[in-house]
Amino acid sequence: MENNFEPKIVAFVCNWCTYAGADLTGTSRIKYATNVRIIRFPCTGRIDYNLLLKAFAQGADGVIVSGCHPNDCHYTSGNFHARRRWIVFKQMMEYMGIDMRRVKFSWVSAAEGAKWADIVNTTVNEIRELGPSQEYLEMSRQGVA
Amino acid sequence: MSMQQRVIQHENLLKFLGEIISSGKQLYAPQKKAEKTYFLPASDVHSIVFDYIQTAESPKELLFPKTERMLSYEQVDGKLKMIDHAEGEIFPERVLFGSHPCDAVALKTLTDFFRHDVPDAFTQKRQDSLTVISVSCIKADDNCFCTSVGTSPGDTEGSDILLTPIGNAKYYVEVMTEKGQSLFAAHEKYFENSDIISKDKYLTKMSEVFSSSEVTARLSKAFDHPIWSDASLRCLGCGACAYVCPVCSCFDIQDEGTDKKGDRLRCWDSCGFSLFTLHTSGHNPRKNQSDRWRQRVMHKFSYMPERYELLGCVGCGRCSRACPADMNIKEQLKEITEKIEG
Amino acid sequence: MQALHQKAKELLESGKVQVIIGYGDGSGDRVRPVFISKAESASDLIWDDRCRQNLAVYLNKPEIKKLGVPAIVATPVVVKTIIQLISENQLKSSNIVVLVVDNDVVSELTDNASLEAYSAGHPVVFPPFVVKEIKDIAEMSIQQRNKYWQDELSRCFKCYACRAACPLCYCERCLTDNNQPQWVCVASHAQGNFEWHINRAMHLAGRCVECGSCTIACPVGIPIGLLTIEASRIVKQEFGQEPGLHCDADSAMSSFKVEDTETFIK
Repeated sequence: MENNFEPKIVAFVCNWCTYAGADLTGTSRIKYATNVRIIRFPCTGRIDYNLLLKAFAQGADGVIVSGCHPNDCHYTSGNFHARRRWIVFKQMMEYMGIDMRRVKFSWVSAAEGAKWADIVNTTVNEIRELGPSQEYLEMSRQGVA
Repeated sequence: MSMQQRVIQHENLLKFLGEIISSGKQLYAPQKKAEKTYFLPASDVHSIVFDYIQTAESPKELLFPKTERMLSYEQVDGKLKMIDHAEGEIFPERVLFGSHPCDAVALKTLTDFFRHDVPDAFTQKRQDSLTVISVSCIKADDNCFCTSVGTSPGDTEGSDILLTPIGNAKYYVEVMTEKGQSLFAAHEKYFENSDIISKDKYLTKMSEVFSSSEVTARLSKAFDHPIWSDASLRCLGCGACAYVCPVCSCFDIQDEGTDKKGDRLRCWDSCGFSLFTLHTSGHNPRKNQSDRWRQRVMHKFSYMPERYELLGCVGCGRCSRACPADMNIKEQLKEITEKIEG
Repeated sequence: MQALHQKAKELLESGKVQVIIGYGDGSGDRVRPVFISKAESASDLIWDDRCRQNLAVYLNKPEIKKLGVPAIVATPVVVKTIIQLISENQLKSSNIVVLVVDNDVVSELTDNASLEAYSAGHPVVFPPFVVKEIKDIAEMSIQQRNKYWQDELSRCFKCYACRAACPLCYCERCLTDNNQPQWVCVASHAQGNFEWHINRAMHLAGRCVECGSCTIACPVGIPIGLLTIEASRIVKQEFGQEPGLHCDADSAMSSFKVEDTETFIK
C-alpha cells in the first residue's frame, strides 16, 4: 500500500547558497522529485529548530535543512551557529526518542545544482521507505480528553 | 435518599472493584507511579494502594481534564464539518475509588461552580456518569486541615458511597445517593448487613487551626495589607498549587489547527502566572507576585464564598506538599486570622 | 551554624548587605527560603543536608532586588549558578556577597576569582539514583526512550514549576508565553508537552549547572532534570564547554568554533 505514498518534504534553505543552488538545478534542467516544498530563509542561522517541529506537526513526512558550506556564509558565521544548534538538537531529539532519519541536514552551494537534486531524490526515496510520518502527528491527539 | 448501613471485608471490596472493571466501567483508583500516588485507570485491583495520605494530583481531572476537546472542525470534500463534543460525545461510565472526603467535597464544589451561571455541559456530563466511592481518613499529616474549612475526615458530602476502615480488614459502608445505591445494588452480594456504627472513633483526629468564616471576614478588609508581600517573597510564581488543587478551575481556551482541520481545547490555567492577567497593551493589573498570591487566597476564601456561597478550599493540603518554595496555605491562613484585624 | 549566624549578623549590622537570602525553618521537617533583613533574626538561618533548593533563583526577582544588596547562603551548585549568571551578564559579583559554609567555617566569596576557585574545587556529584537513571536511559533503544519520555511527560500539566525553580530560566518573557507565533502549544497534550520540554532543554543546553531544582520542583515527579543534564552533556562532549566554571566564558550555544565537527551534515 506504501507504493502509492508520495512523501511531503519541507525544505528550509538559505537564500544565498542552497536556494540559488536549487535555482541552478532548474536552469540546468536537471529533473528531480516534485515532493519538496522549498521555504527560503535569509540564513541557516535563522532556521529555528521549532520550525522543524512545526513542519512535522502540520503533516510533513520529512524535512531538509540546507545552507552555505562552512566558511561560505553570506553573514560570515550564521551557518556555524546553525551547525552547533543542529548538533545539539539532533542528539536531544534522539534522547527523547524521536527518529531523526526524517530530517536531512546538508550544505549545498549556489554552484551545486546537481547535489541539490541528489539530496532531494535521496531524501524522497528514504522517506518513502519509512512511510508516512505518524509519530509526531499522533502526539497532538494523545492526552486530550 | 435513605441511608443503608453495611460492612464489607477487604477481600470482598477487591472483588467488588474487580467486578466494576469487568462490567466495563472505567475504574480510577489510587496507584503508585514514581514514588507518588495518583488516581489512575485500574485494570488490576491488586495495583490499587490503600495506605496513602493524599494523592499527588487531585481527582478533578475526572470532571475537568487538563486538556479537553470542546469543538472540532474538518474540511471534507470542500465542506466544513463541525463537531460539538458536548453534544455528540458519550461520556464513559466511571467509578472513582479511594478519594478522601475532602476530594469528594471538592468534586461537588467544582460541579456547583461550573453550573452557577450557564451550566457547563462537559463537567455536568462527566459528573452525571461518575460514581464516587470515597474512603474516610484514618490518618492525616501536618498539611491536612479539612476541619478548618468545614469538612471532616468522615464527611459524606459529595460521595456516592463512603467507606470507613473499622479495623480487622473491614469497612463500614454508607450509601449516600441514588448513583451509589445502583452501584451497590448491582454488587450487593459482597456487602454484609450492619447496625449503625458510630464511625468517629475510627477517624483521624484533627483539630481546627482556624475558622474559614473568620478568614473570609478578615479578607474583606485586607486587600492592601502588607501581609501579601511578606508572605509571597519566596513564591516562585509557578502553577503547581493551582494544578494539584482539587477546586482550582481557571482555564484558557486554545484553538489549534490549520485551515483543513482543528480543535478548540480547554486547558488549565493558573492565576499564579503573570501571563494570566497580562493585557495586549502590555499593562498587567497583577504585576507583582504578591498581587497574584493575594488573588489566589482572595478567590478561594473571599470571592467564592461571597459570589457562589462556595468555599474554594477543602483542606487537602496538596498545594503545600507540592510547593517547591514551601508556601504553606494552612500556616498562611492561620496568620491571616491572627495578623489582620477583624 | 553558629559561624553562619555570626557572619550574617555582622553583614547586616555593618550595612554591607541589606538582606540575607538563606534557608530557614519550614513546614514539618522541611526548610524554606528566608529573606532576613534584621540582624536579630540572623539566628533563624539553617544550614544542613536539607538545604537543596537553588536560592540563586531569587537573585533576579524584582521583589527581592527591592530589598537591597543581598548576601546569599550558597551550596556549591549555587556558586556555579552565580558564575553562570555572571557570564551571562545577569549579575555582578561586586553587587552580592556569596557565603559558603564548609565544616562550620563561613567564607565570603566577593570576586570572580574566588567564586571560580570555589566552583573548581567543588564539582557536582550526582546522587546514586540520578547516576542510575542516566545509565538506564543511555542503554535504551530509541523506541524505548520514546516510550519512556512519552510516559513520563504524559503526567506534565504545564504548571511550569520547572521553569520557575530554575535560576537560569530568567527571561522576562518566555518563548512558551508567546502566541505570535505560538511556538509551543499551550495544551498539555503529548505534543505540547514534548515541545515545551525540548525547548527547555535546548535553551538550557550548555547552561544547566545540574542543581536538580527542576526535578525537585516537579509536582508530578517527572525526572525532567535529566533532559537539561543531557543537553549539557552533549555540549560538553561536542564542544568541550562546561557551565558554571568561568565568569567570562562564552555561552556555548551563542558561540561557535570553525573546527566544530559532526558527521551527519551531507
